[in-house]
Amino acid sequence: MPTTQNVQVRRGDVLVLVGTMKGLFVFRSGPDRARFERGGPYFPGHAVYAAAYDRRGDRQRIWAAATSMHWGALLNHTDDFGATWTTPEVPTVRFPEGTKALQNIWQIAPGRAEEPDVLYCGVEPAALFESRDNGKSFALVEGLWQHPHREKWQPGGGGLCLHTVVVDPARKGGITVAISTGGVYRTDDGGRTWTARNKGVRAQFLPDPYPEFGQCVHKIARHPSRPDRLYLQNHWGLYRSDDGGDSWQDIAHGVPSDFGFCMAVHPHDSETAYIVPLESDGFRCTPEGKLRVYRTRDGGGSWQPLSEGLPQRDAFETVVRDAMGTDQEQRAGIYFGTRSGKLFASRDDGESWTALAQGLPPIVSVRAARA
Amino acid sequence: MTVTFHLTGFLRAYAGGAGDVRLEVPGGTVGDALRVLAERHPGVSARVLDEQGVVRRHVNVFVGSQSIRDLNGLATALRDGAEISLLAAVSGG
Repeated sequence: MPTTQNVQVRRGDVLVLVGTMKGLFVFRSGPDRARFERGGPYFPGHAVYAAAYDRRGDRQRIWAAATSMHWGALLNHTDDFGATWTTPEVPTVRFPEGTKALQNIWQIAPGRAEEPDVLYCGVEPAALFESRDNGKSFALVEGLWQHPHREKWQPGGGGLCLHTVVVDPARKGGITVAISTGGVYRTDDGGRTWTARNKGVRAQFLPDPYPEFGQCVHKIARHPSRPDRLYLQNHWGLYRSDDGGDSWQDIAHGVPSDFGFCMAVHPHDSETAYIVPLESDGFRCTPEGKLRVYRTRDGGGSWQPLSEGLPQRDAFETVVRDAMGTDQEQRAGIYFGTRSGKLFASRDDGESWTALAQGLPPIVSVRAARA
Repeated sequence: MTVTFHLTGFLRAYAGGAGDVRLEVPGGTVGDALRVLAERHPGVSARVLDEQGVVRRHVNVFVGSQSIRDLNGLATALRDGAEISLLAAVSGG
């Protein structure tokens, strides 16, 4: 097994959690984000599709889902930035007897700040789990599991997964999830009842292009201080909602392709969002061999390419749904990773980019936070 | 009857480092033996079986030199002194 190195993290440092198909890496820098050090790999040989930093209360906890092709998926955590990990002897995220078997954990979402012991996991097969004891145990969210639509959801290329969980920071009980392929669902009562929220979102691969559900939503991003503002990257299509998902407006104006996976919103400006367009579902690579992030600063009214510091020749890259994240600094840090193992960072809202790493395993998740 | 499990390296961490685990099993099948193993070493069992009690797709369970997939699965009958190997399949990427 590879030698694992740890990073020394001080409060106020910037962390970038990078989940790959072969383990988790932890990058840290001082608050200036001028130089990053690498920690890891943790869980070598395991796919880490989801990681999260939990700073609620006085915690400094990293959650990481590690999935072994052989031995299954486990939710782990560390309170010392990777020096020691707590790994449950038996899986804490597990389906009830007589239902299904867990295949993968796609998303880890801490609950609202006022509920520091609440934690959510979105999983494959598509389901949501909730913990109310800070991850010691989880329960299947039955309201979604028993939804009459569930039997008609179909697996996308990544399997039938619930890959996005966005908790409403302002309304207790408000949670929005995305399922491939099922679409967007929202609960306003803490998970007891769920309603499909796909009005205006296209399903190009179905006879009825605007069904109630069945869309292949790739990612949703919510603005933290304007929770009704959501952005959505669809399997063909870019959308914005200003009413918490009740309706969606097409915002694919001036992009080389509206196909893609990742979507991130600026931490302080709800008009600003970031995507990495891919050519098509048939060729899931950056168009023209140029790696470009596209940014809107007017809520999707227009998009501009950002390419300074990014390769513009022979760069047929793929950025998957969770492989982009932002920190919370005023001049935002934007981070993304590619299937070819390159990790890029911007510390100026996306104006310019530098490579933090060039040869990691395929990157499937990127999350950034202030420690 | 007495059954001995042989554990591949990854699983030994969940059995206190032991490579071999010898158990007294009241029933007569591989499933019975795995249930006893789950009581003694739940971490081993959880990595071999999913939460529905099915052998994980990329895990192989051998009785002697034969895979239980070629026998009768978890219902495969055991003899006293049986040796069961829990191994990772040759798969990956």
